[in-house]
Amino acid sequence: MNRKTKKRLVTGMFLFPALFIFVNVVIIPFVMGLVYSFTDWDGFSLVGTNFVGLENYIRIFKEEKFVNSFMLSFKFTFLNVILVNVGGLALALLVTQKFKGAKFLRAIYFMPNLIGGLILGFIWQFIFSNLFVQLGEKLGLTNIFFDWLDDPDRAFWALVIVGVWRMSGYVMIIYIAAIQNIPNTVIEASKIDGANVWQRFRSIMLPLMVPAFTIGLFFTVSNSFKQYDINLALTNGGPYGTTELITMNIYNTAFSHHQYALAQAKSIIFFVVIMVISVLQVSISKRKEVEM
Amino acid sequence: MSKENKKHLLFNIIGWVMALLTLYPIYIMIVNSFKGRSEIFADVTALPSTYSFEYYTKAIDKMNFLKAFGNSLFVTAVSVIIIVILSAMSAWVLVRVKSKGITAIFYLYVVTMLIPFQSVMIPLTQYMARWKIDAINFSMMNSFWGLIFMQIGFRLSFSIFLYHGFLKSVPVSLEEAAMIDGCNHWQIFYKIVFPIMKPITTTVAILNVIAIWNDYLLPSLVLVNPELRTIPLSTFYFFGEFTIQWNLAMAGLVITIIPVIIFYIICQKNIIEGAISGAVK
Repeated sequence: MNRKTKKRLVTGMFLFPALFIFVNVVIIPFVMGLVYSFTDWDGFSLVGTNFVGLENYIRIFKEEKFVNSFMLSFKFTFLNVILVNVGGLALALLVTQKFKGAKFLRAIYFMPNLIGGLILGFIWQFIFSNLFVQLGEKLGLTNIFFDWLDDPDRAFWALVIVGVWRMSGYVMIIYIAAIQNIPNTVIEASKIDGANVWQRFRSIMLPLMVPAFTIGLFFTVSNSFKQYDINLALTNGGPYGTTELITMNIYNTAFSHHQYALAQAKSIIFFVVIMVISVLQVSISKRKEVEM
Repeated sequence: MSKENKKHLLFNIIGWVMALLTLYPIYIMIVNSFKGRSEIFADVTALPSTYSFEYYTKAIDKMNFLKAFGNSLFVTAVSVIIIVILSAMSAWVLVRVKSKGITAIFYLYVVTMLIPFQSVMIPLTQYMARWKIDAINFSMMNSFWGLIFMQIGFRLSFSIFLYHGFLKSVPVSLEEAAMIDGCNHWQIFYKIVFPIMKPITTTVAILNVIAIWNDYLLPSLVLVNPELRTIPLSTFYFFGEFTIQWNLAMAGLVITIIPVIIFYIICQKNIIEGAISGAVK
Protein backbone atom coordinates (compact mmCIF):
# COMPACT_ATOMS: atom_id res chain seq x y z
CA MET A 1 0.00 0.00 0.00
CA ASN A 2 1.18 3.51 -0.62
CA ARG A 3 2.63 5.78 2.02
CA LYS A 4 -0.40 7.94 2.50
CA THR A 5 -2.71 5.02 3.20
CA LYS A 6 -0.14 3.50 5.52
CA LYS A 7 0.13 6.73 7.45
CA ARG A 8 -3.65 6.94 7.74
CA LEU A 9 -3.78 3.38 9.01
CA VAL A 10 -1.13 3.96 11.65
CA THR A 11 -2.79 7.20 12.72
CA GLY A 12 -6.02 5.33 13.10
CA MET A 13 -4.42 2.56 15.14
CA PHE A 14 -2.83 5.04 17.49
CA LEU A 15 -6.09 6.84 18.04
CA PHE A 16 -8.61 4.04 17.99
CA PRO A 17 -8.29 2.31 21.39
CA ALA A 18 -8.54 5.54 23.37
CA LEU A 19 -11.30 6.85 21.18
CA PHE A 20 -13.28 3.64 21.51
CA ILE A 21 -13.20 3.69 25.29
CA PHE A 22 -13.82 7.43 25.45
CA VAL A 23 -16.80 7.40 23.12
CA ASN A 24 -18.46 4.55 24.97
CA VAL A 25 -17.84 5.88 28.45
CA VAL A 26 -18.42 9.60 27.94
CA ILE A 27 -19.96 10.55 24.61
CA ILE A 28 -22.64 7.90 24.19
CA PRO A 29 -23.90 8.05 27.80
CA PHE A 30 -23.91 11.85 27.67
CA VAL A 31 -26.02 11.93 24.53
CA MET A 32 -28.27 9.20 25.91
CA GLY A 33 -28.63 11.18 29.10
CA LEU A 34 -29.58 14.26 27.17
CA VAL A 35 -32.31 12.37 25.38
CA TYR A 36 -33.53 10.61 28.53
CA SER A 37 -33.95 13.92 30.31
CA PHE A 38 -36.80 14.70 27.95
CA THR A 39 -38.59 11.42 28.60
CA ASP A 40 -40.16 9.50 31.46
CA TRP A 41 -37.43 6.89 31.42
CA ASP A 42 -37.61 4.44 34.29
CA GLY A 43 -33.89 3.88 34.46
CA PHE A 44 -33.87 0.50 32.83
CA SER A 45 -35.32 -0.22 29.44
CA LEU A 46 -36.43 1.97 26.59
CA VAL A 47 -39.61 0.00 26.22
CA GLY A 48 -42.62 2.02 27.27
CA THR A 49 -40.65 5.24 27.62
CA ASN A 50 -42.46 8.30 26.36
CA PHE A 51 -41.23 11.65 25.25
CA VAL A 52 -42.39 14.27 27.74
CA GLY A 53 -40.62 17.37 26.49
CA LEU A 54 -39.72 19.93 29.11
CA GLU A 55 -41.89 18.41 31.82
CA ASN A 56 -38.94 17.11 33.86
CA TYR A 57 -37.20 20.44 33.72
CA ILE A 58 -40.27 22.33 34.86
CA ARG A 59 -40.77 19.85 37.69
CA ILE A 60 -37.29 20.12 39.07
CA PHE A 61 -37.44 23.88 39.37
CA LYS A 62 -40.63 23.55 41.34
CA GLU A 63 -39.04 21.03 43.67
CA GLU A 64 -38.03 22.83 46.81
CA LYS A 65 -35.35 20.37 47.75
CA PHE A 66 -33.59 20.70 44.42
CA VAL A 67 -33.64 24.47 44.48
CA ASN A 68 -32.33 24.41 48.04
CA SER A 69 -29.52 22.06 47.14
CA PHE A 70 -28.60 24.28 44.23
CA MET A 71 -28.57 27.40 46.34
CA LEU A 72 -26.57 25.59 48.99
CA SER A 73 -24.02 24.47 46.42
CA PHE A 74 -23.74 28.02 45.11
CA LYS A 75 -23.16 29.32 48.61
CA PHE A 76 -20.66 26.56 49.31
CA THR A 77 -18.78 27.22 46.08
CA PHE A 78 -18.72 30.97 46.64
CA LEU A 79 -17.29 30.62 50.13
CA ASN A 80 -14.81 27.99 49.05
CA VAL A 81 -13.56 30.05 46.15
CA ILE A 82 -12.76 33.00 48.37
CA LEU A 83 -11.35 31.14 51.37
CA VAL A 84 -9.38 28.54 49.43
CA ASN A 85 -7.78 31.02 47.06
CA VAL A 86 -6.93 33.57 49.72
CA GLY A 87 -5.63 30.83 51.99
CA GLY A 88 -3.75 29.10 49.21
CA LEU A 89 -2.17 32.37 48.12
CA ALA A 90 -1.14 33.21 51.68
CA LEU A 91 0.42 29.79 52.15
CA ALA A 92 2.19 30.04 48.80
CA LEU A 93 3.62 33.44 49.72
CA LEU A 94 4.82 32.07 53.03
CA VAL A 95 6.37 28.97 51.59
CA THR A 96 8.21 30.76 48.77
CA GLN A 97 10.12 32.90 51.25
CA LYS A 98 13.61 31.63 51.68
CA PHE A 99 13.85 30.19 55.14
CA LYS A 100 14.75 26.85 56.55
CA GLY A 101 11.81 24.52 56.78
CA ALA A 102 9.85 26.16 53.98
CA LYS A 103 9.97 23.04 51.84
CA PHE A 104 8.92 20.84 54.74
CA LEU A 105 5.99 23.11 55.54
CA ARG A 106 4.99 23.00 51.90
CA ALA A 107 4.78 19.22 52.06
CA ILE A 108 2.61 19.39 55.18
CA TYR A 109 0.14 21.87 53.71
CA PHE A 110 -0.33 19.75 50.61
CA MET A 111 -0.97 16.53 52.49
CA PRO A 112 -4.74 16.82 53.13
CA ASN A 113 -5.20 16.89 49.38
CA LEU A 114 -3.84 13.39 48.99
CA ILE A 115 -6.28 11.80 51.35
CA GLY A 116 -9.61 10.79 49.90
CA GLY A 117 -12.55 13.08 50.57
CA LEU A 118 -14.50 10.26 52.16
CA ILE A 119 -11.83 9.60 54.79
CA LEU A 120 -11.47 13.31 55.52
CA GLY A 121 -15.20 13.56 56.03
CA PHE A 122 -15.15 10.74 58.56
CA ILE A 123 -12.21 12.20 60.50
CA TRP A 124 -13.94 15.54 60.77
CA GLN A 125 -17.21 13.91 61.70
CA PHE A 126 -15.44 12.56 64.74
CA ILE A 127 -13.95 15.96 65.51
CA PHE A 128 -17.20 17.87 65.22
CA SER A 129 -19.28 15.39 67.14
CA ASN A 130 -16.77 14.57 69.87
CA LEU A 131 -13.94 17.05 70.20
CA PHE A 132 -16.24 20.02 69.84
CA VAL A 133 -18.67 18.73 72.43
CA GLN A 134 -15.86 18.13 74.91
CA LEU A 135 -14.26 21.50 74.22
CA GLY A 136 -17.58 23.16 74.87
CA GLU A 137 -18.02 21.41 78.19
CA LYS A 138 -14.45 21.95 79.34
CA LEU A 139 -14.21 25.59 78.35
CA GLY A 140 -17.79 26.36 79.22
CA LEU A 141 -18.36 27.75 75.73
CA THR A 142 -21.25 25.52 74.84
CA ASN A 143 -22.75 28.03 72.47
CA ILE A 144 -19.66 27.91 70.27
CA PHE A 145 -18.46 24.39 70.77
CA PHE A 146 -21.14 21.77 70.41
CA ASP A 147 -21.91 19.09 67.88
CA TRP A 148 -22.01 21.25 64.80
CA LEU A 149 -23.43 18.43 62.76
CA ASP A 150 -26.71 18.65 64.65
CA ASP A 151 -27.40 22.16 63.50
CA PRO A 152 -28.20 22.94 59.85
CA ASP A 153 -26.30 26.22 59.79
CA ARG A 154 -23.24 24.97 61.60
CA ALA A 155 -23.21 21.73 59.66
CA PHE A 156 -22.94 23.78 56.48
CA TRP A 157 -19.97 25.65 57.92
CA ALA A 158 -18.47 22.30 58.89
CA LEU A 159 -18.61 21.37 55.20
CA VAL A 160 -16.93 24.63 54.28
CA ILE A 161 -14.17 24.12 56.84
CA VAL A 162 -13.37 20.63 55.60
CA GLY A 163 -13.52 21.77 51.99
CA VAL A 164 -11.11 24.61 52.63
CA TRP A 165 -8.80 22.38 54.69
CA ARG A 166 -8.62 19.99 51.80
CA MET A 167 -8.32 22.25 48.78
CA SER A 168 -6.00 24.97 50.06
CA GLY A 169 -2.95 22.76 49.63
CA TYR A 170 -3.56 22.12 45.96
CA VAL A 171 -4.31 25.75 45.16
CA MET A 172 -1.18 26.70 47.08
CA ILE A 173 0.80 24.59 44.62
CA ILE A 174 -0.67 26.48 41.68
CA TYR A 175 0.34 29.80 43.20
CA ILE A 176 3.80 28.54 44.11
CA ALA A 177 4.39 27.69 40.46
CA ALA A 178 3.23 31.14 39.43
CA ILE A 179 5.37 32.93 41.99
CA GLN A 180 8.41 30.93 41.00
CA ASN A 181 7.80 31.90 37.40
CA ILE A 182 8.15 35.59 38.11
CA PRO A 183 11.63 36.49 36.91
CA ASN A 184 13.90 37.69 39.65
CA THR A 185 15.09 40.52 37.47
CA VAL A 186 11.70 42.18 37.61
CA ILE A 187 11.57 42.00 41.38
CA GLU A 188 15.13 43.29 41.72
CA ALA A 189 14.46 46.17 39.35
CA SER A 190 11.44 47.22 41.35
CA LYS A 191 13.46 47.09 44.56
CA ILE A 192 16.04 49.40 43.01
CA ASP A 193 13.24 51.71 42.00
CA GLY A 194 12.28 51.92 45.64
CA ALA A 195 9.12 49.85 45.73
CA ASN A 196 8.22 48.50 49.16
CA VAL A 197 6.80 45.04 49.87
CA TRP A 198 3.17 45.99 49.47
CA GLN A 199 3.79 47.88 46.21
CA ARG A 200 5.82 45.02 44.82
CA PHE A 201 3.03 42.62 45.67
CA ARG A 202 0.20 44.70 44.32
CA SER A 203 1.66 46.16 41.16
CA ILE A 204 4.05 43.49 40.01
CA MET A 205 3.30 40.10 41.45
CA LEU A 206 -0.49 40.15 41.30
CA PRO A 207 -0.82 41.21 37.65
CA LEU A 208 1.74 38.61 36.58
CA MET A 209 -0.12 35.93 38.49
CA VAL A 210 -3.46 36.43 36.80
CA PRO A 211 -3.13 33.24 34.71
CA ALA A 212 -2.66 31.33 37.96
CA PHE A 213 -5.77 32.97 39.39
CA THR A 214 -7.68 31.76 36.35
CA ILE A 215 -6.56 28.22 37.07
CA GLY A 216 -7.09 28.47 40.81
CA LEU A 217 -10.59 29.89 40.39
CA PHE A 218 -11.52 27.35 37.75
CA PHE A 219 -10.28 24.50 39.87
CA THR A 220 -12.05 25.66 43.03
CA VAL A 221 -15.33 26.38 41.28
CA SER A 222 -15.62 23.07 39.47
CA ASN A 223 -14.43 20.99 42.42
CA SER A 224 -16.73 22.74 44.88
CA PHE A 225 -19.78 22.18 42.73
CA LYS A 226 -18.95 18.54 42.20
CA GLN A 227 -18.35 17.90 45.91
CA TYR A 228 -19.82 14.57 47.01
CA ASP A 229 -17.41 12.48 49.09
CA ILE A 230 -17.02 14.97 51.94
CA ASN A 231 -20.73 15.71 51.87
CA LEU A 232 -21.54 12.02 52.19
CA ALA A 233 -19.04 11.23 54.93
CA LEU A 234 -19.38 14.37 57.03
CA THR A 235 -23.09 15.05 57.08
CA ASN A 236 -24.78 12.66 54.66
CA GLY A 237 -27.09 15.54 53.91
CA GLY A 238 -28.08 15.87 57.55
CA PRO A 239 -29.41 17.00 59.78
CA TYR A 240 -32.65 16.03 58.04
CA GLY A 241 -31.47 16.79 54.51
CA THR A 242 -30.46 20.37 55.23
CA THR A 243 -26.92 20.02 53.98
CA GLU A 244 -27.59 18.15 50.79
CA LEU A 245 -25.36 19.57 48.09
CA ILE A 246 -26.31 19.24 44.47
CA THR A 247 -24.43 16.05 43.60
CA MET A 248 -26.00 14.27 46.54
CA ASN A 249 -29.38 15.52 45.47
CA ILE A 250 -28.92 14.16 41.96
CA TYR A 251 -27.58 10.87 43.30
CA ASN A 252 -30.44 10.40 45.75
CA THR A 253 -33.08 11.34 43.22
CA ALA A 254 -31.80 8.61 40.96
CA PHE A 255 -30.69 5.82 43.25
CA SER A 256 -32.87 6.31 46.34
CA HIS A 257 -36.06 7.72 44.88
CA HIS A 258 -35.65 5.94 41.55
CA GLN A 259 -36.71 8.99 39.56
CA TYR A 260 -34.13 8.45 36.90
CA ALA A 261 -35.33 10.79 34.16
CA LEU A 262 -35.81 13.56 36.68
CA ALA A 263 -32.32 13.02 38.08
CA GLN A 264 -30.90 13.10 34.59
CA ALA A 265 -32.63 16.41 33.90
CA LYS A 266 -31.08 17.78 37.09
CA SER A 267 -27.65 16.61 36.01
CA ILE A 268 -28.04 18.31 32.63
CA ILE A 269 -28.88 21.57 34.35
CA PHE A 270 -25.85 20.99 36.55
CA PHE A 271 -23.68 20.54 33.46
CA VAL A 272 -25.04 23.70 31.86
CA VAL A 273 -24.37 25.74 34.99
CA ILE A 274 -20.82 24.48 35.29
CA MET A 275 -20.20 25.11 31.62
CA VAL A 276 -21.56 28.66 31.74
CA ILE A 277 -19.63 29.59 34.86
CA SER A 278 -16.40 28.06 33.59
CA VAL A 279 -16.60 29.71 30.19
CA LEU A 280 -17.54 33.07 31.71
CA GLN A 281 -14.82 32.89 34.29
CA VAL A 282 -12.09 31.87 31.87
CA SER A 283 -12.98 34.53 29.32
CA ILE A 284 -13.06 37.28 31.93
CA SER A 285 -9.73 36.17 33.33
CA LYS A 286 -8.12 35.87 29.93
CA ARG A 287 -8.94 39.48 29.23
CA LYS A 288 -7.09 40.52 32.33
CA GLU A 289 -3.97 38.52 31.73
CA VAL A 290 -0.81 40.53 31.45
CA GLU A 291 1.71 38.99 29.14
CA MET A 292 5.35 39.64 29.76
CA MET B 1 18.95 39.55 66.20
CA SER B 2 19.53 40.71 62.68
CA LYS B 3 16.63 41.85 60.55
CA GLU B 4 17.00 38.80 58.36
CA ASN B 5 16.82 36.45 61.33
CA LYS B 6 13.81 38.24 62.76
CA LYS B 7 11.98 37.78 59.48
CA HIS B 8 12.87 34.10 59.39
CA LEU B 9 11.71 33.59 62.92
CA LEU B 10 8.38 35.19 62.12
CA PHE B 11 7.94 33.00 59.07
CA ASN B 12 8.75 29.93 61.08
CA ILE B 13 6.26 30.81 63.80
CA ILE B 14 3.43 31.52 61.37
CA GLY B 15 4.36 28.50 59.29
CA TRP B 16 4.37 26.08 62.17
CA VAL B 17 1.12 27.38 63.61
CA MET B 18 -0.49 26.74 60.23
CA ALA B 19 1.15 23.34 60.08
CA LEU B 20 -0.25 22.46 63.49
CA LEU B 21 -3.71 23.48 62.36
CA THR B 22 -3.31 21.36 59.27
CA LEU B 23 -2.09 18.31 61.12
CA TYR B 24 -4.26 18.53 64.20
CA PRO B 25 -7.08 16.40 62.79
CA ILE B 26 -4.57 13.69 61.93
CA TYR B 27 -3.22 13.83 65.46
CA ILE B 28 -6.72 13.49 66.91
CA MET B 29 -7.41 10.53 64.68
CA ILE B 30 -4.22 8.68 65.59
CA VAL B 31 -4.37 9.40 69.29
CA ASN B 32 -7.92 8.17 69.68
CA SER B 33 -7.33 4.94 67.84
CA PHE B 34 -5.45 3.57 70.82
CA LYS B 35 -7.81 4.54 73.59
CA GLY B 36 -10.50 2.66 75.37
CA ARG B 37 -14.03 3.94 75.15
CA SER B 38 -14.08 5.67 78.49
CA GLU B 39 -10.76 7.36 77.76
CA ILE B 40 -12.14 8.93 74.61
CA PHE B 41 -15.16 10.02 76.55
CA ALA B 42 -12.95 11.63 79.17
CA ASP B 43 -10.68 13.60 76.90
CA VAL B 44 -10.43 13.48 73.15
CA THR B 45 -7.27 15.53 72.96
CA ALA B 46 -5.12 13.67 75.45
CA LEU B 47 -2.47 11.15 74.60
CA PRO B 48 -3.52 7.58 75.29
CA SER B 49 -2.39 6.04 78.57
CA THR B 50 -1.66 2.70 76.95
CA TYR B 51 -1.05 1.85 73.36
CA SER B 52 -3.22 -1.09 72.51
CA PHE B 53 -3.25 -2.34 68.97
CA GLU B 54 -6.38 -4.38 69.45
CA TYR B 55 -8.52 -1.94 67.53
CA TYR B 56 -6.14 -2.08 64.61
CA THR B 57 -6.27 -5.83 64.27
CA LYS B 58 -10.02 -5.75 64.62
CA ALA B 59 -10.33 -3.00 62.03
CA ILE B 60 -8.11 -4.79 59.51
CA ASP B 61 -10.28 -7.83 59.90
CA LYS B 62 -13.67 -6.07 59.75
CA MET B 63 -12.69 -3.90 56.81
CA ASN B 64 -11.22 -6.83 54.94
CA PHE B 65 -8.40 -4.39 54.49
CA LEU B 66 -5.83 -6.63 52.87
CA LYS B 67 -8.29 -7.66 50.19
CA ALA B 68 -9.45 -4.09 49.64
CA PHE B 69 -5.86 -2.92 49.41
CA GLY B 70 -5.10 -5.53 46.79
CA ASN B 71 -8.22 -4.54 44.86
CA SER B 72 -7.34 -0.84 44.94
CA LEU B 73 -3.78 -1.62 43.90
CA PHE B 74 -4.88 -3.71 40.94
CA VAL B 75 -7.49 -1.28 39.67
CA THR B 76 -5.26 1.77 40.12
CA ALA B 77 -2.15 0.22 38.59
CA VAL B 78 -3.85 -1.26 35.52
CA SER B 79 -5.92 1.88 34.92
CA VAL B 80 -2.99 4.25 35.17
CA ILE B 81 -0.73 2.16 32.94
CA ILE B 82 -3.35 1.96 30.21
CA ILE B 83 -4.21 5.65 30.56
CA VAL B 84 -0.56 6.65 30.19
CA ILE B 85 -0.02 4.53 27.11
CA LEU B 86 -3.25 5.42 25.33
CA SER B 87 -3.16 9.13 26.07
CA ALA B 88 0.51 9.42 25.04
CA MET B 89 -0.22 7.65 21.78
CA SER B 90 -3.29 9.74 21.08
CA ALA B 91 -1.61 13.01 21.97
CA TRP B 92 1.33 12.29 19.70
CA VAL B 93 -0.92 11.78 16.71
CA LEU B 94 -3.11 14.74 17.64
CA VAL B 95 -0.08 17.03 17.73
CA ARG B 96 1.84 15.80 14.70
CA VAL B 97 -0.84 15.03 12.15
CA LYS B 98 -2.40 18.11 10.62
CA SER B 99 -5.88 17.53 9.34
CA LYS B 100 -9.36 18.81 10.01
CA GLY B 101 -10.52 15.47 11.36
CA ILE B 102 -7.65 15.26 13.80
CA THR B 103 -8.26 18.77 15.05
CA ALA B 104 -11.91 17.95 15.54
CA ILE B 105 -11.06 14.91 17.62
CA PHE B 106 -8.73 16.98 19.78
CA TYR B 107 -11.39 19.60 20.40
CA LEU B 108 -13.80 16.82 21.27
CA TYR B 109 -11.45 15.64 24.01
CA VAL B 110 -10.89 19.16 25.30
CA VAL B 111 -14.49 20.32 25.31
CA THR B 112 -15.74 17.22 27.10
CA MET B 113 -13.42 17.92 30.03
CA LEU B 114 -16.19 20.19 31.20
CA ILE B 115 -18.73 17.38 31.46
CA PRO B 116 -19.10 16.46 35.13
CA PHE B 117 -19.31 12.81 36.08
CA GLN B 118 -22.72 13.41 37.59
CA SER B 119 -24.22 14.17 34.19
CA VAL B 120 -23.12 10.84 32.83
CA MET B 121 -23.25 8.43 35.75
CA ILE B 122 -26.87 7.44 35.44
CA PRO B 123 -27.00 6.57 31.73
CA LEU B 124 -23.48 5.12 31.96
CA THR B 125 -24.39 2.52 34.54
CA GLN B 126 -27.41 1.48 32.56
CA TYR B 127 -25.49 1.39 29.29
CA MET B 128 -22.59 -0.58 30.74
CA ALA B 129 -25.00 -3.05 32.31
CA ARG B 130 -25.96 -4.08 28.81
CA TRP B 131 -22.39 -5.05 28.00
CA LYS B 132 -22.33 -8.63 29.10
CA ILE B 133 -21.67 -12.04 27.70
CA ASP B 134 -23.52 -14.55 29.80
CA ALA B 135 -21.75 -17.50 28.24
CA ILE B 136 -18.43 -16.63 29.85
CA ASN B 137 -19.96 -14.91 32.86
CA PHE B 138 -18.54 -11.55 31.90
CA SER B 139 -20.16 -8.23 32.69
CA MET B 140 -18.97 -4.65 32.75
CA MET B 141 -20.83 -4.01 35.93
CA ASN B 142 -19.61 -5.58 39.14
CA SER B 143 -16.23 -6.40 37.64
CA PHE B 144 -12.76 -4.91 37.79
CA TRP B 145 -12.48 -4.70 34.01
CA GLY B 146 -15.65 -2.68 33.82
CA LEU B 147 -14.41 -0.34 36.53
CA ILE B 148 -11.03 0.01 34.83
CA PHE B 149 -12.70 0.61 31.46
CA MET B 150 -14.79 3.43 32.91
CA GLN B 151 -11.96 4.99 34.92
CA ILE B 152 -9.89 5.14 31.75
CA GLY B 153 -12.76 6.66 29.80
CA PHE B 154 -13.12 9.51 32.25
CA ARG B 155 -9.52 10.39 32.68
CA LEU B 156 -8.40 10.22 29.06
CA SER B 157 -9.44 13.79 28.22
CA PHE B 158 -7.33 15.45 30.85
CA SER B 159 -4.34 13.15 30.33
CA ILE B 160 -4.40 13.69 26.57
CA PHE B 161 -4.64 17.41 27.21
CA LEU B 162 -1.52 17.31 29.41
CA TYR B 163 0.49 15.26 26.91
CA HIS B 164 -0.67 17.46 24.05
CA GLY B 165 0.47 20.62 25.79
CA PHE B 166 3.87 19.12 26.47
CA LEU B 167 4.39 17.65 23.04
CA LYS B 168 3.62 20.88 21.25
CA SER B 169 6.93 22.29 22.45
CA VAL B 170 9.00 19.27 21.43
CA PRO B 171 10.73 19.74 18.06
CA VAL B 172 9.89 17.32 15.26
CA SER B 173 13.49 17.09 14.14
CA LEU B 174 14.35 13.99 16.16
CA GLU B 175 11.38 12.12 14.76
CA GLU B 176 12.09 13.27 11.24
CA ALA B 177 15.67 12.07 11.53
CA ALA B 178 14.48 8.70 12.71
CA MET B 179 12.08 8.44 9.82
CA ILE B 180 14.84 9.13 7.34
CA ASP B 181 16.82 6.40 9.03
CA GLY B 182 14.02 4.01 8.15
CA CYS B 183 12.20 3.58 11.46
CA ASN B 184 8.50 2.90 11.30
CA HIS B 185 5.99 4.85 13.38
CA TRP B 186 5.84 2.37 16.24
CA GLN B 187 9.60 2.45 16.65
CA ILE B 188 9.65 6.23 16.57
CA PHE B 189 7.03 6.39 19.27
CA TYR B 190 8.57 3.74 21.46
CA LYS B 191 12.23 4.72 21.13
CA ILE B 192 12.08 8.49 20.78
CA VAL B 193 8.78 10.15 21.58
CA PHE B 194 7.76 8.29 24.72
CA PRO B 195 11.14 8.63 26.47
CA ILE B 196 11.18 12.36 25.76
CA MET B 197 7.83 12.71 27.47
CA LYS B 198 9.05 11.23 30.74
CA PRO B 199 8.44 14.39 32.85
CA ILE B 200 4.83 14.72 31.78
CA THR B 201 4.32 10.98 32.12
CA THR B 202 5.26 11.30 35.78
CA THR B 203 2.71 14.07 36.17
CA VAL B 204 -0.04 12.17 34.39
CA ALA B 205 0.69 9.01 36.34
CA ILE B 206 0.71 10.68 39.74
CA LEU B 207 -2.42 12.75 39.22
CA ASN B 208 -4.30 9.71 37.99
CA VAL B 209 -3.04 7.47 40.79
CA ILE B 210 -4.28 9.91 43.42
CA ALA B 211 -7.65 10.36 41.73
CA ILE B 212 -8.36 6.69 41.08
CA TRP B 213 -7.07 5.42 44.44
CA ASN B 214 -9.35 7.82 46.32
CA ASP B 215 -12.38 7.55 44.07
CA TYR B 216 -15.59 6.54 45.83
CA LEU B 217 -18.46 7.45 43.55
CA LEU B 218 -17.67 5.46 40.40
CA PRO B 219 -16.65 2.24 42.19
CA SER B 220 -19.73 2.50 44.41
CA LEU B 221 -21.90 2.43 41.31
CA VAL B 222 -20.03 -0.38 39.59
CA LEU B 223 -18.91 -2.80 42.29
CA VAL B 224 -21.67 -4.60 44.13
CA ASN B 225 -19.82 -7.71 45.29
CA PRO B 226 -18.21 -7.00 48.70
CA GLU B 227 -15.19 -9.06 47.71
CA LEU B 228 -14.35 -6.56 44.98
CA ARG B 229 -14.49 -3.46 47.15
CA THR B 230 -11.73 -0.91 46.84
CA ILE B 231 -10.44 0.90 49.90
CA PRO B 232 -12.85 3.87 49.81
CA LEU B 233 -15.78 1.48 49.55
CA SER B 234 -14.67 -0.80 52.36
CA THR B 235 -13.96 2.23 54.53
CA PHE B 236 -17.43 3.56 53.87
CA TYR B 237 -19.20 0.35 54.88
CA PHE B 238 -16.90 -0.20 57.80
CA PHE B 239 -17.48 3.28 59.16
CA GLY B 240 -21.20 2.97 58.72
CA GLU B 241 -21.24 -0.23 60.70
CA PHE B 242 -19.04 0.86 63.58
CA THR B 243 -19.74 4.57 63.94
CA ILE B 244 -20.34 4.50 67.65
CA GLN B 245 -17.16 2.56 68.33
CA TRP B 246 -14.96 5.54 67.68
CA ASN B 247 -11.67 3.91 68.62
CA LEU B 248 -12.32 1.15 66.11
CA ALA B 249 -13.41 3.65 63.49
CA MET B 250 -10.33 5.78 64.03
CA ALA B 251 -8.05 2.77 63.80
CA GLY B 252 -9.69 1.87 60.51
CA LEU B 253 -9.16 5.36 59.15
CA VAL B 254 -5.51 5.40 60.20
CA ILE B 255 -4.93 2.12 58.39
CA THR B 256 -6.52 3.56 55.29
CA ILE B 257 -4.24 6.57 55.31
CA ILE B 258 -0.97 4.72 55.93
CA PRO B 259 -0.40 3.59 52.32
CA VAL B 260 -1.07 7.12 51.10
CA ILE B 261 1.38 8.62 53.60
CA ILE B 262 4.07 6.10 52.71
CA PHE B 263 3.54 6.78 49.02
CA TYR B 264 3.74 10.50 49.75
CA ILE B 265 6.95 10.26 51.76
CA ILE B 266 8.64 8.24 49.05
CA CYS B 267 7.51 10.25 46.04
CA GLN B 268 6.96 13.58 47.73
CA LYS B 269 9.14 15.63 45.45
CA ASN B 270 7.65 14.06 42.34
CA ILE B 271 4.11 14.45 43.56
CA ILE B 272 4.37 18.12 44.31
CA GLU B 273 6.24 18.88 41.14
CA GLY B 274 3.75 16.79 39.20
CA ALA B 275 0.86 18.68 40.70
CA ILE B 276 2.53 21.97 39.81
CA SER B 277 3.01 21.17 36.16
CA GLY B 278 -0.41 19.59 35.94
CA ALA B 279 -2.01 22.72 37.28
CA VAL B 280 -0.10 25.06 35.04
CA LYS B 281 -1.13 23.27 31.86
